[in-house]
Amino acid sequence: MDVILEGMVKAFQLLVSLDHEVLGIALLSLKVSGLATLFSLVIGISVGTLVALTSFPGKKILVSLVNTGMGLPPVVVGLFVSIMLWRNGPLGSLELLYTPTAIVLAQTVIATPIVMGITIGAMQNLPTNLRLQILALGATRTQMVWMLIKEARLPLMAGVMAGFGGVISEVGASIMVGGNVRGYTRVLTTATVMETGRGNFDIAIALSLILLLFCFAVNYILTYIQQRERPR
Amino acid sequence: MTQQQHVLDLKDLRVDRGGVPVLRIPSFSLSENEFVSLIGPNGAGKSTLLLSLLGLIKRQNGTVSYRGREIASPAELLDLRRRIAMVLQDPLLFDSTVFENVASGLKIRGMGRAEIKNRVMTYLERFNLTGMAQRSARKLSGGEARRVSLARAFAVEPEVIFFDEPFANLDPPTRQALTDDMDRIIRDRGIAAVLVTHDQSEALRMSDRIVVMNGGRIVQLGTPAMVMNRPVNEFVANFVGMETILEGEVLSNREQQMAVLVAGQEIDTVGDEQAGDHVYCCIRPENVTVSVSHPDEKSSARNLYPGRVAEVASMGPFLKLRLDCGFPLTAYVTRESFAKLELCEGKDVYASFKATSVHLIRRRVA
Repeated sequence: MDVILEGMVKAFQLLVSLDHEVLGIALLSLKVSGLATLFSLVIGISVGTLVALTSFPGKKILVSLVNTGMGLPPVVVGLFVSIMLWRNGPLGSLELLYTPTAIVLAQTVIATPIVMGITIGAMQNLPTNLRLQILALGATRTQMVWMLIKEARLPLMAGVMAGFGGVISEVGASIMVGGNVRGYTRVLTTATVMETGRGNFDIAIALSLILLLFCFAVNYILTYIQQRERPR
Repeated sequence: MTQQQHVLDLKDLRVDRGGVPVLRIPSFSLSENEFVSLIGPNGAGKSTLLLSLLGLIKRQNGTVSYRGREIASPAELLDLRRRIAMVLQDPLLFDSTVFENVASGLKIRGMGRAEIKNRVMTYLERFNLTGMAQRSARKLSGGEARRVSLARAFAVEPEVIFFDEPFANLDPPTRQALTDDMDRIIRDRGIAAVLVTHDQSEALRMSDRIVVMNGGRIVQLGTPAMVMNRPVNEFVANFVGMETILEGEVLSNREQQMAVLVAGQEIDTVGDEQAGDHVYCCIRPENVTVSVSHPDEKSSARNLYPGRVAEVASMGPFLKLRLDCGFPLTAYVTRESFAKLELCEGKDVYASFKATSVHLIRRRVA
């Protein structure tokens, strides 16, 4: 019991005193996962919309692949991105391995299928005739796509939550492609793993609390928007 | 009618679905200020015709011209869609407020905010939606949602409007109120309109012309009276029902006791229409009594006309008589009565029906 209590007390001290190192780790996590979510939104929503609105041979297989990708194990992504970025790998010349950029890249790969899958589902759930109605209102194709995305905004927000929640809490890929380099690629999850291993539970608890806070904050904001938008 | 008076012209339309032809229309046109109803069974291609006029479904062949100019480029098609509004079967409202929904077509056209607000308010008022502007479109009743979808279509002030069964599944009073609103605006603004409907009295009341479709083809096209009284084939006859439908003009109305002038003869009816109104008198064949001698003066049937049997057709257990009383009149008689009265083609008879069995529908006059 002492371990937990002491850990909690020290964790709060670290948080209240805005410990420089802990703060740096938290900010890096937010930056890396935020960027990855942003990239996955751009790719996931645009490609997902395109897939949902067009018909082509092999569409069912592609949608199945995307849905499978929604549960992609982070270590597999970590392995794949590591190989790609390895010194003599296909993208080795970019010298990105063990940089924050590599983590952003890996996390984008994890979040993109999640956002894309949810986008495809959301778009396909809209009434089929809605597209005809929007075009009949005199919309250009671009206006139509934009209006459809707006119609599907509530499920798409769920996609944002799922994407961000997935990458900020993932550890496997971050540790493999980032390397947990102190002050450079150390993020909340990798730091928690390391500190727990060393028995520094106070720091680990402090890091975990911040992680929980981030998850809660993002979900709270999005839920708030959804509740305000949804007719009561 | 010259080409210039046509708003829309369709030529050689062919639409296939999965290699199977679903629509074949050699030509169809819509004139300025004209109201045309499309009737026909499910799957006749009525909705498909409207959608293909707007280029919303792929057509294998066919050209659409707007005021004599052929629609060829995507830009011209977009321009066409901005002149023709379409109300689909479902209200298909956007997940936002009533105001935003009515404004959507105007926003698409890039209209300024102040102008949008004015325009939307005008149309909310016309469709009795003023108090609902800020309500969520997802919280509306079926009738309210239809009104919003109509307001959205009319707000862009189209030159032509298409309706694809916009009043399906609505209760009769709501339906009546909506068609009245719609009819009033269409007349006020001189909009040409095409209506897909299953309701014959709706088609009669509003149309200048009725198009009967079946199996992807136009089977008959003409004025309501022509289509209803002179069906070109059995399909149309069965589809439009076999009611007698006569064009008339109200002569007088005294406490709802009316006299209507039909083909030089007076028909007594009951209703609210006023002297000078143009109407259709609809009489169901089972309500017409046929006799060979002048019947008892004390009968409650206010309408009695001498006539002649023009045509006899078998309808299973009974016979259908087409009578010529100066106007055409259809009557059903049983085989037993037919034999007893010694009826045959060319025989002189008396036809009678009650004033209350005449159903009146107000008629548009071009």
